[in-house]
Amino acid sequence: MSLRESPFENLRVPLGWSAGGALVVAIALAVFLLLSDRSEADEPGHSSARDTFEAGAAPISGIFAAPVRWLGQASDYVDDYFFAVSENRRLREELADLRAERDAVVALRNLNQQYEALLGLRVEPDVPLVTARSVSEARGPFRRARLIDVGRSRGVEVGNPVINEHGLVGRIAGTSGSVSRVLLVTDVTSQVPILIDRTDARAIMRGDGSGNPRLEFARGSDAIQAGDRILSSGDGGLMPRGLPIGVAARGIDGTWRVKLFSDRGAIDFVRVMLFDSFAQLAQGAALDSPPLAGLNTAPPPTPEVSARINDAQGRRRAEEERRAEAERADRERAAADARARAAEASARQGQATDAPPPATGGTTE
Amino acid sequence: MRRPAPARRSAAVKLVGPQQWILLPALAVLAATLLLATPIKVFGLTLPEPVLPMVLAFAWPLIRPSLLAPLALLVVGVMVDLFWGNRLGLWPLGLLSAYAVVLISRPFIAGQDTRFLFAWYSGVAAVAFFIVYLVTSATAGQPPSLIALFFQYLPTILVFPAANWLIERFDDGDLRFR
Repeated sequence: MSLRESPFENLRVPLGWSAGGALVVAIALAVFLLLSDRSEADEPGHSSARDTFEAGAAPISGIFAAPVRWLGQASDYVDDYFFAVSENRRLREELADLRAERDAVVALRNLNQQYEALLGLRVEPDVPLVTARSVSEARGPFRRARLIDVGRSRGVEVGNPVINEHGLVGRIAGTSGSVSRVLLVTDVTSQVPILIDRTDARAIMRGDGSGNPRLEFARGSDAIQAGDRILSSGDGGLMPRGLPIGVAARGIDGTWRVKLFSDRGAIDFVRVMLFDSFAQLAQGAALDSPPLAGLNTAPPPTPEVSARINDAQGRRRAEEERRAEAERADRERAAADARARAAEASARQGQATDAPPPATGGTTE
Repeated sequence: MRRPAPARRSAAVKLVGPQQWILLPALAVLAATLLLATPIKVFGLTLPEPVLPMVLAFAWPLIRPSLLAPLALLVVGVMVDLFWGNRLGLWPLGLLSAYAVVLISRPFIAGQDTRFLFAWYSGVAAVAFFIVYLVTSATAGQPPSLIALFFQYLPTILVFPAANWLIERFDDGDLRFR
């Protein structure tokens, strides 16, 4: 008996109920996805559908975004036209300030190099950089990230710091062959160990989805003041020490926050530092060498130098012997003179005792 | 009585397929999301980032309860998560929650005027944002900034005219929707 002939022929599930069933299934799938999702940062080396999607989305996004980029360029053109004079005035003042700074920096760099050589310090080597273009950006409270157009093929790895010409932007959170995702320092999951330049105090900079990340766990009662310069501390080995990040400021909620330097620059070009940990900076041979390597003994002398050294030593010895001989002769001469004077004195004393003593009470002629 | 010719009868009956009220709006929303993710500044300001699929989550259940719409919303939400770099399933959960609220309340809000629909849309969007906020707080270990949340919620409710247009375009667009 077919269904059409069965008693269930006229049985129809209401549309609302079937939609509700589909809704329950969809919600269950969403919850399953939520619980099972693991990012590459959680599981390094974990390649997922996310990588494939991002590799495909980047060029499509570039095509879609072309008109919007043109709009942005047009607005930049208008800005440049109307604000050229004030911008020029500001840049002149900045240049005058920076000239004095430049001279001071040159002097300090020279002094610093002398100290480093004197102490035999191992300084961090230059980290190679890869320039990239931002393809898209998520700016919401739940995720702040960017897609950039370089990936593993250019040596980019998860954890590499990303900067622009003004300061730290974020770090690589996922990468595929040609595209990488940058987790911005403002993201709700971002945590960066920082130091305050004025006091050298340490703190943690935590993003919360807003434009200005919070400063937490700062030690000391006066560790932070408004306007203090914030740098990366390098603690934990995630990124090099001393990357400029921003300046401290009080938020409207009373917490210390950071005004990011990276917000000053263009947001479409960044540079990836190919630095993943301090392990890449350390070289085994350098680590095995004794400390204060700058104070090592000199290398053995060449034969010519040895001959010159021996000649100089011989001359010095001969000179010393000549001086010693002269001193000995002087001493013997002085001793002979002393003996002669003593003999003469004793002879005079002997003559005086043999002669008669003069008469007392008599007259003399 | 003379019956109308079959050809004329089929021309009189307006049929709207899923590709018209589900597929094309979904693609349009994804394309607009791609556009607004462009990293540029216009006169010093970055582009807004509304959660555009909220338009679909509100309009689809009002147009017609459907088997396809929740699954399509799931796919759109996953695409948005992949594109923005969110944890997978975050926005599908928020969008489907909004869809569920509208589906349950459909008998009360169908046919209401635009101002009432806007108020309901704002409330439904708030429910979705609240769920996503809770999930993010739990997974990230700290709550996101409420100010940043507001600045995404605001453009999201400001795209209500798109949801209203979608409802007016397809509500009663097909006899089978009644």
